[in-house]
Amino acid sequence: MLTILFDGIAYGMLLFVVACGLAVTLGLMNFVNLAHGAFAMAGGYITVILVNRLGLPFLASLPLAFVFTAIVGVVFERTLYVHVYAKSHLEQVLFTIGLVFMSVAAVDYVMGSQQQFVSIPSYLQGQINFFGVGIGRYRLLIIGVCGLLTVALQFALASTRFGSRLRAAVDDARIARGLGINVNAVFAITFAVGSGLAGLGGALGAEILGLDPHFPLKFLIYFLIVVTVGGTSSITGPFIASLVLGIGDVAGKYYVPQFGSFVIYTIMIVVLIWRPQGLFSRAVAK
Amino acid sequence: MTAMATPPPKPLVAAAAASLAARARWNPAEIAFWLAAVASVFLLPSKHLILTEIAILGLFAVSLDLILGYAGIVSLGHAAFFGFGAYAAGILAKYGIIKEPVLALLASGVLAAALGFVTSFLVLRGSDLTRLMVTLGVALVLREVANQLDITGGADGLQGIVMEPILGHFPFDMFGKTAYIYSLVTLFVLFLIARRIVNSPFGLSLRSIKGNPLRAAAVGIHVNGRLVTIYTIAAAYAGIAGALLTQSTQFASLSVLDFERSADVMLIVIIGGTGYLYGGLIGAVLFKLVQDYLANVNPQYWQFWLGLILVMMIMFGRVYGAIMAALIFAICTWTKLPFMQSIVFTLVMLAVLGLARPQILAVTSRITERAAAAQKSLRARLPRKPAEH
Repeated sequence: MLTILFDGIAYGMLLFVVACGLAVTLGLMNFVNLAHGAFAMAGGYITVILVNRLGLPFLASLPLAFVFTAIVGVVFERTLYVHVYAKSHLEQVLFTIGLVFMSVAAVDYVMGSQQQFVSIPSYLQGQINFFGVGIGRYRLLIIGVCGLLTVALQFALASTRFGSRLRAAVDDARIARGLGINVNAVFAITFAVGSGLAGLGGALGAEILGLDPHFPLKFLIYFLIVVTVGGTSSITGPFIASLVLGIGDVAGKYYVPQFGSFVIYTIMIVVLIWRPQGLFSRAVAK
Repeated sequence: MTAMATPPPKPLVAAAAASLAARARWNPAEIAFWLAAVASVFLLPSKHLILTEIAILGLFAVSLDLILGYAGIVSLGHAAFFGFGAYAAGILAKYGIIKEPVLALLASGVLAAALGFVTSFLVLRGSDLTRLMVTLGVALVLREVANQLDITGGADGLQGIVMEPILGHFPFDMFGKTAYIYSLVTLFVLFLIARRIVNSPFGLSLRSIKGNPLRAAAVGIHVNGRLVTIYTIAAAYAGIAGALLTQSTQFASLSVLDFERSADVMLIVIIGGTGYLYGGLIGAVLFKLVQDYLANVNPQYWQFWLGLILVMMIMFGRVYGAIMAALIFAICTWTKLPFMQSIVFTLVMLAVLGLARPQILAVTSRITERAAAAQKSLRARLPRKPAEH
């Protein structure tokens, strides 16, 4: 029982790390990036290559996955995404779906269509018995890393200079420019960090979520649920939403497997109808 | 609804009627389009299978155009109704509930319409983004249901469907001729109805809702009622398209509810252009031909090129984007570049084109202007039609 709760928390934390980049682009920059999962996939595959083929230690490859995806993210942002910010949501959706199609086919060709596994070092395998509750070491690592990231993110957004610049740029890009904020650079850095986090989440989650070329499509809906249900005006909303989703999904698959993902989708629809702005956000009148 | 306090002045009514009638007039290009469709039955007997797919896809796209192009409702889950109709037709035929295909087709349409009516209330609220998510969610829920139920055959799909002859006289043949004629006739009939709908005062009111829902409400249009109506109608169309697919292939699988199907139909309508019905049909023809061609050249990875087309079309506009995507593809094909290098080449090209976008847009807009000017001067030089007396 508690083990399931624990697994659910780990799963939710993973979802959060991947999805918080999306929460930033969608909520703060008002850009619908359906290709977000592709960045997570990139992080996962880079870890597979680094660890399995080049023999790097697993823990060392995690920061590399972050940096690599962040670079890819910033290149895409500067060359392609920047042109689509001003377009309608529908066009953004089509644009990013196009990117997803390309990434799926390209990864399928380069890495093969089978599921990939990262070889996890032995000290991260197995369970610790903690007052009769079996706790997977790997999941403990995930929770630790993701927890730290969450705190850091919340701090960066709420109490640093960069965070307030970002919020200013989002609220009114023109005024922010007038105040001397380099809006383009702020957006580019934010996008890079968001993609980097997705990559890190993909790297950590390759083992738990399963990594294959269809990853961006398979988990797209999960990320969107986290963001839409959690609301996009803060970090805490998506965080709680991903924990609930993670625990609900793990518990649901364990106790009532015949329902599958049905319950989650239904909950999403109900929440969206009830509170189109998300559960935890103030209603914004724009 | 209540009667108006004062009827609008007569000349105004007459003018409105005249403008509606002018919209509804058939122009020669339309007639040529349908003649070509009829001709294809006789001239392309070996292509009937793909033509049937095009007709079905076209009907599906018309359905999406009704809500997207006319009422402005975005949907990422239109496959929900397509799939629902497909399974409905399959179950009706397999368990012998309604054996005659045309009746079963209508029944599937009615069932899909019922689903559309129920779910239409979900898309009334919220922004575009909420609508995209909700429609996507509805389609995913249905897919999950179809996956779990016994009656739909789960992941194996609905097998063992045997179709009776159409109207008791025309059996489905193995070359797909009957299926093609059947699909084409259905498409034509439903297209006529859709054409009538969009050229009616109701259709005009939809356009005004798309333009500005608040103002539309202010001039006395019952916005939500109209949206529910058109969403229900569009659901029926999509359901019938799905039912046609099941009837012509005698099989229904989970793929009818896939996210890719919703994305594809969206792509089709965008390629062909929204808000004039033919966009869906032309888009379906182009999409299927391109898909067929790409799948032949690059069987496993054709989606890569499809994605490229999408990206380019959004970045550089429909026509120029498609041309640029075609150019990149052509370069890769002609130089017989292996796929690995093609990916790299395409990514580099994407980055370069992205950086040079302002310059490219300047050039393309100048070309468009020149073309428009040339067309205008050509028209001025042509002898005018004698004025009507």
